[in-house]
Amino acid sequence: MRLVNIRPGRQTRFYLLALPFLLVAIAYFAGSSARLTQNPNDKLLPALPSMVQAVKQMAFEVDPRTGGHLMLSDTVASLGRLGSALAISTVAALVLGIVIGLLPGANALLGPFVSVTSMVPPLALLPILFIVMGLGENSKIALIVIGTLPCMIRDLAMKVQELPREQIVKAQTLGASTWQIALRVAMPQTLPRLIDVLRLQLGPAWLFLIAAEAIASDSGLGYRIFLVRRYLAMDVIIPYVAWITLLAFLIDVGLRLMQRRLFPWFASVRAE
Amino acid sequence: MSAIRFDDVWKEYGDHIVLERVTMEVEPRAFIALVGPSGCGKTTLLRMLLGEEQPSRGQILVDGKPLLAEPDADRGVVFQRYSVFPHLTVLQNVMLGREFRDAKFSARLFGAARRAAAADEAMKLLAEVGLAGQESKYPSALSGGMQQRLALAQAIMRGPKILLLDEPFGALDPGIRADIHVLMKRLWNETHLTVVMVTHDLSEAFGLATRVIALERSRNRPEERERYGATVSRDLEIFPRRRAELRSSVQPAPAGTTRSGKEHQPGRPGALVLKEQP
Repeated sequence: MRLVNIRPGRQTRFYLLALPFLLVAIAYFAGSSARLTQNPNDKLLPALPSMVQAVKQMAFEVDPRTGGHLMLSDTVASLGRLGSALAISTVAALVLGIVIGLLPGANALLGPFVSVTSMVPPLALLPILFIVMGLGENSKIALIVIGTLPCMIRDLAMKVQELPREQIVKAQTLGASTWQIALRVAMPQTLPRLIDVLRLQLGPAWLFLIAAEAIASDSGLGYRIFLVRRYLAMDVIIPYVAWITLLAFLIDVGLRLMQRRLFPWFASVRAE
Repeated sequence: MSAIRFDDVWKEYGDHIVLERVTMEVEPRAFIALVGPSGCGKTTLLRMLLGEEQPSRGQILVDGKPLLAEPDADRGVVFQRYSVFPHLTVLQNVMLGREFRDAKFSARLFGAARRAAAADEAMKLLAEVGLAGQESKYPSALSGGMQQRLALAQAIMRGPKILLLDEPFGALDPGIRADIHVLMKRLWNETHLTVVMVTHDLSEAFGLATRVIALERSRNRPEERERYGATVSRDLEIFPRRRAELRSSVQPAPAGTTRSGKEHQPGRPGALVLKEQP
C-alpha cells in the first residue's frame, strides 16, 4: 500500500503523537545522567529531581524578599502584559482590517502604509520605546502591539477582501448601507478569521514579551529566566520554558475551541 | 415591476469591445432570458443592470429614469453561487433585508413585536419556497437547490421591482432544476417582478421566459474579436404569449403599465412600444 493511503487509527495516532515528545525526553535525560555521572555538580542538564525541587521553591514557597509566590506573580505580570497588548491589537486590527478591506479608498490610503510598517523590525524600535515611554509597563505593551498589529491588520484586510464580491453586491440589493454591510456582513464573517490571525500572532507576541522583559523589567517570566541565567540555574530556566510553552499552547487551544463554539458555521466555509 | 430600456449601450474594456449597439425595451412584468455563447457579454449586461458596471456609451433607463450607478434595493439578484450569507441561519438570511430597511444604525430589529412581525412574514415566504422547517439551519447544511430557493426568498422579501438572475439554476441537477422552475414561475406570477435571467440552458430560457434574447458577435474572426462586440442577434417572443397572472395576494398594477396598455410593434417580435400616457 502506498504511504499516501495509510491512515493511522485512533490508537496508532496517539502513539505517533507521543513519540517525538518521548524521544526528546529520553535524549535529554540520557544526556543529563551521562553528564551527572561524570560531574555531580554539573549545572547544564539538571536531573528531574533538582528541577522538581526548583519548581517547588519557585511555585509553592513564599519568597522571603517579595512575600509572594514568584512563579505566580511572574505569570500574572507576563499574562497581564500579553493580554492587554493583544486586546489592543485585536480590537484595532478588527476595525482597521474591515475599513481597509471593505473601502477601496481606505485601502488606497492605508494599505501601503500598513505593508511598510509591518516590515519595520519591532525589536529595533525597543530603545526608542524605552526612551519615549520609560521602562514601565507601557513600553512593553507598546512593543507587543507594534510587533503584532501591522501584520494582523494586513492579514485581516486580506480576509475581508476575500469575501465573495457577490455577497457585498447582494447586501446592497437588500438595501444595505456601507455601515450596515460592515456591521452585518463583513464583521461577523471576519470575527472567526480574526481568531485565526490572532493564533498566528501568538508566537511573535510571546517573543516580544520575553524580549522586553529580558531587557528592562522587575517581574515576569522572561525577566526571571534572564535573571537566573546569571547563576546558570538551568533547573529554573527549563521548567519556566516548559511553563511558557504550556501557557501558549493552552491559549491556542482555548482560541480554537472558542472559534468552534461561537462560529459553528465557519468550519464548512473554510472547507470550501 | 419596471420597464427597462437599453439605449444604444456599449461596453468596452480598454480596446476590447464586449457589447455594442444594444438597444431594446423590456416591458414591465416581462421575464427576459438572455442566452448566447460563453463570453458574449450576457453577464456583463446583467452587471450593468445591477449597477456594478457602467455602460461605456449609451444609457440604461428604468421607468424612464437613468439607472443608479450602484446596486440598490429596487434590483434584487440571485447569483449562481455565494448568494446567501453563510454566517446567518435560513431565517436570519431572509429577515436581513427587512433589518437593513428598518434599522438604519443597528441593522437589527429590537422589540419582540417588531421581530415577530418580520419573522412571521419571513416564515410565510420560506414556506412558499418550500423551506419550512429549515429555518434554523445554516446555508451550508442545505443542498444547492435549497440554497437557491433561499436566495430567491431573501431577494423577494425586500420587495425589489426587478429581479436579476445570473445562471441561478445552472449548477443544479435536472430534477431539482425542474422543481425550482415551477417555483420561479409561481413567484413571477405572484409578485410584481420584471425578471431578467442569464442562462446557458435554452430549454430553461424557452420554458420560463416571455421573451428570449440572444446575444452574439456578428464578426468572429480572430482579428476581429477584440474590435467587434456582441449585440442582440435574436429577439424572440414566446408563442403562445405568456403573461404574468395576477393572483389575489398582490394588487393589480396601475393602469397603463400592464400588458394591455401596450401595442405590439409589427415586424419586431417582442419589441413593445409604450402608449402615450395622459
